[in-house]
Amino acid sequence: MSMTNNNPYVSGPSEILDVIKHTEKEYTFRMAFAGEVKPGQFFEVSIPKFGEAPISVSGIEEGVSVDLTIRRVGRVTNMVFEHMKGQSILMRGPYGNGFDLDLYRDGEIIVVAGGTGVSPVRGVIEALSLTEDAKDKHVIVGFRSPDDILFRDDLKNWEERLDLCLTVDGAPEGYEGKVGLVTKYIPEIPLKDVEKARAIVVGPPAMMRFSVMGLLDKGFKEENIWVSQERKMCCGLGICGHCRVGEKYICLDGPVFNYTESKDMID
Amino acid sequence: MGYTLTRSEFDQVLSELGKNYRLYAPVLKIGQGRFTDTDVVIYDFISESSEIELEKKSDFSFKEILTPLSQTLFFFTENVIKEADIDCSDAIIFLRSCDMHAVKRLDQIYLNNGKHVDPFYKKVRDHVKFVLIGCPGSFQECFCVSMGTNKTDDGYLFALNYSGDQFDVDVKDAALNELFEKAGAAAKEVAVDYVTENETKVTIPETVPNSIYQSDLWKEYDKRCVACGRCNLVCPTCTCFTMQDAFYTDNGKVGERRRVGGSCMIDGYSTVAGGGQYRRKHGERMRFKVLHKIYDFRKRYGYDMCVGCGRCDDVCPEYISFSNIINKVNAEVKEGE
Repeated sequence: MSMTNNNPYVSGPSEILDVIKHTEKEYTFRMAFAGEVKPGQFFEVSIPKFGEAPISVSGIEEGVSVDLTIRRVGRVTNMVFEHMKGQSILMRGPYGNGFDLDLYRDGEIIVVAGGTGVSPVRGVIEALSLTEDAKDKHVIVGFRSPDDILFRDDLKNWEERLDLCLTVDGAPEGYEGKVGLVTKYIPEIPLKDVEKARAIVVGPPAMMRFSVMGLLDKGFKEENIWVSQERKMCCGLGICGHCRVGEKYICLDGPVFNYTESKDMID
Repeated sequence: MGYTLTRSEFDQVLSELGKNYRLYAPVLKIGQGRFTDTDVVIYDFISESSEIELEKKSDFSFKEILTPLSQTLFFFTENVIKEADIDCSDAIIFLRSCDMHAVKRLDQIYLNNGKHVDPFYKKVRDHVKFVLIGCPGSFQECFCVSMGTNKTDDGYLFALNYSGDQFDVDVKDAALNELFEKAGAAAKEVAVDYVTENETKVTIPETVPNSIYQSDLWKEYDKRCVACGRCNLVCPTCTCFTMQDAFYTDNGKVGERRRVGGSCMIDGYSTVAGGGQYRRKHGERMRFKVLHKIYDFRKRYGYDMCVGCGRCDDVCPEYISFSNIINKVNAEVKEGE
């Protein structure tokens, strides 16, 4: 993607290389992108005449593509879903700090992700699953119901390689998997040294709050916990003001924050 | 260099300046206020001094010249995207010290917050110069002295004191001396008037602990504040905008992307995809706004955002006083120490 000029509001066309359908409402669009990008960063996806929406990067093939997992919930995303493989969509970015993989590769870690919150950490989980001590990498993933489960292929792979706990908030009778909120499974995760273990939490605000509480109760140190925040963003450039919390701008200073920072951020 | 001028001499200067610049100044619009038989002072073009409203505070600030309430950024026609032309005419804005300080805050956000300069803002900003209107006294609700914005020493072409038909100017831009002398201005030592005391005073707390963010003091505004956002609109330092795309109903292939003034007090400001929102309660929004103006902004840039112009107090339909809130916050901070 090349910027046509120095105007940071101008987006460039990117070809849709593939569309992966997870559920009725959630697709992953694999977009051609050759630039540098990290998991946890986001793009502003632009549909002229309809608007722009910030979308997290849910996968990266370096120098080739980025995945954008999009839920069809509004004007812009509805229009994105009208596009097919081979067509182009305008986007600009990436924005935000993203996850620094080097912080998480070594030692024990718990990743707690809820719903579309899996998107920003998908790249991190993938990297963790390829480490030598992958069995010390614990991942708790929660979805609302069995029908809402995203990234099924990844979940299968991860289940083989690392310690995966897949749960749903509620399920019809006869469902064989785990049922219950992600917080129910945090205490059960076996850890050798909770003092050193790290954690990443991404999901809806309430889920993040209670998950962090669960981790702290388990003995996690605050500085070993990271969260990724979601807010309304109109520009991604630190100008429009919508994502500000206190003196921080989620689009510039986040969306990934160490808990020692984010605990004092009051909306 | 200082000069004293009669009204007609000053008008001659304005007419000369008007050849190269658009002149914007506060103008009294009779009967154009929000309610029947009310007036409003807003910024508009002027060509002579009698059009400038010097006796009243402007209800709305100059900021819409730099950050229009609605500004088209792009035009879309089928597959072509065209950047909107921005009016880059050279302009001179007449404003008071508090507003001059507000310019610095606008620049901070639009030119110097993230990695990017806002190109639409910059295009306009690069063509704008200022004339400082001296303040012989404080208006109601002003608290510029407390905010340290009552004085301005630079950043303007000339400063202007007024008294009836006499205009005294202190020219900062030496290139303008000739213009004043040609108009017949007599040399005079001039020191621009500035407010030394306001009736309204505030004390800004040095630090605001987290307990204040969660304090009950904000609950009062859950009911009192009607979340109309007028305070944001008149504030010379509020910069938030919301992106808005539209297509024209008589030809859906054509449309535009614009940004419109955003308000942290109005519903929808924080709404994310799927309908989730932060700060549903009006008291929470009040806290978000107030603490940004007197603390959060300072934590990021080292100086306060609020310039103490008091326009938010003037315009509030519920008679909520911003300066009172600041003092309440300060009292509660002191109490907790």
